[in-house]
Amino acid sequence: MGCEPLPEGRRELVHVHDVEVTLGGRTVLRDVDFRIAEGEFVGLIGTNGSGKTTLLRAILGLQPTSGGEVVVAGREGRRGGPVGYVPQRVTFDHDVPVRVADFVALGVDGTRLGLARRGRGVRERVDEVLASLELGALAGRRIGALSGGEQQRVLMAHALASRPRLLLLDEPLANLDLPRVHETIAVLDRVRRSEGVAVLLSAHEIGPLVPVMDRVVYVAQGRVACGTTGEVVRPEVLSALYGHHVDVLNVHGRVVVVEGEPGDPGAHPEVVVR
Amino acid sequence: MHWLVEPGFWSNPVVGPALVLGAVVAAVSAAVGVVVVVRGQSFAGHALTDVAMAGGAGASLVGASPLLGFLLAGIVGGGSIEAAGAERVRDRDVATGVVLGAAAGLTALLLYFVSSSTSATGSTQSVLFGSVFTVSRSVVPLGVAVAAATLVTLFSVRRPLLLSSLSPELAAARGVRPRVMGLVFVVVLAASVALSALVIGAILSTALLVGPASAALRVSRGLVGATVGAIVAGVASVELGILASYDSFYWSAAHRSVPVSACVVGVVLVEVAAATVWSRWRRGRG
Repeated sequence: MGCEPLPEGRRELVHVHDVEVTLGGRTVLRDVDFRIAEGEFVGLIGTNGSGKTTLLRAILGLQPTSGGEVVVAGREGRRGGPVGYVPQRVTFDHDVPVRVADFVALGVDGTRLGLARRGRGVRERVDEVLASLELGALAGRRIGALSGGEQQRVLMAHALASRPRLLLLDEPLANLDLPRVHETIAVLDRVRRSEGVAVLLSAHEIGPLVPVMDRVVYVAQGRVACGTTGEVVRPEVLSALYGHHVDVLNVHGRVVVVEGEPGDPGAHPEVVVR
Repeated sequence: MHWLVEPGFWSNPVVGPALVLGAVVAAVSAAVGVVVVVRGQSFAGHALTDVAMAGGAGASLVGASPLLGFLLAGIVGGGSIEAAGAERVRDRDVATGVVLGAAAGLTALLLYFVSSSTSATGSTQSVLFGSVFTVSRSVVPLGVAVAAATLVTLFSVRRPLLLSSLSPELAAARGVRPRVMGLVFVVVLAASVALSALVIGAILSTALLVGPASAALRVSRGLVGATVGAIVAGVASVELGILASYDSFYWSAAHRSVPVSACVVGVVLVEVAAATVWSRWRRGRG
């Protein structure tokens, strides 16, 4: 299933073009085709195991595709493009002797070889990114000594430090309580405007993202549907995507997506939209 | 000072080169050791000492320089550990163990040949336990050159190496190749093990690699501080070890000196113990 054209007046940054990915002989993504514009905030929504991480890794050039192509900023997707990445799970040993500021600096010069010392420009950029993510107070702490939420924020700073044009975040809202979820989304929305960076964020719950998302890419059964929330989160669109009946219910002003065959007692609310 | 430095220490023709080579080797081992600890590769470091032993034994069989034997074997052995390409810690552990076992077997075989040939008497002792006092003067320039090349290489790749040590996934996303970094580092590690095998022997070189680094990492919060601290601790342990070994000849009633290697390892253990106590005490005080 394809995707609507880009919002008018926006320049294309990413084109995922008819991508197919096969893992261990099983096709996990097929006919995936969508674009992301410069500065756009896009939610990549789907259940666990629907292929969200695989798709993000394909955009990064970490996951070989068995068909189609990924173009990022005019270049066919390969590693080292202008893309920042926040993986879902990076755990640091608590005694790793690396300070937050040094780790964020590796976001800028972590690929650089040579004997030269770290320049002042790098250190200024680190201070700037730490300040904009409200991490200034943690700059001198060891990365392993931080809480999970703090580490995730530091990973965002690391990803943003090189001034990428696209920021990929894999399930950054999982394992956060609701106030933290809203806080993280607000920070990301503010940073994408101040940095002028497009955001592609994967999540299994669409609800908290609705106020900030420009568009949604919905993944199910190895295919995607793409558009504004209003265009995609509808019974007929999601039913076609899932290949069986899906209900979208309005409950007290929130939208609940119920997946499952009619009469299936195991059906449960999948996605909640405010 | 007389009670601390026994007579003839500074004028002894063996002591000067030993102090120079010892300091250089200790600095390299300590700097490499910090990365070893950060990457969790102490076991690989130890396996490479066994590999180096096989190389040293082989070199003494054919009458080549032991340093070249240590170096060549270390690079081949380290390369095979990396080539096994184990991404998971457990797989890497097994690959390392297999290489270690094979190298130890080869060492046993080669040392058997060495000890049964009369021309190489004493080389078993020096391969296993080393002695900076018996290193010939001509090896010093080569040793210093290998040490300098090792440090420059390590220092040049420090950022991509650190990034891929912290997270191979993040490094790969940025275009760094973690496998290439792993291979470069294992060659650096092999060179450092070869150097310390020369000075304190293959068996004890793990102590010089991991000891000063782990002591410094207990005390320092950042990587730069830890590296500087490890180098200071490493150089101090070799120099104090050389002094203690020299002095022990005069201190003991029977005038039998304690081997340098044992003295160096002794100082390293004191450093690690002191750093551990200090970091616990500091943590206890909040």
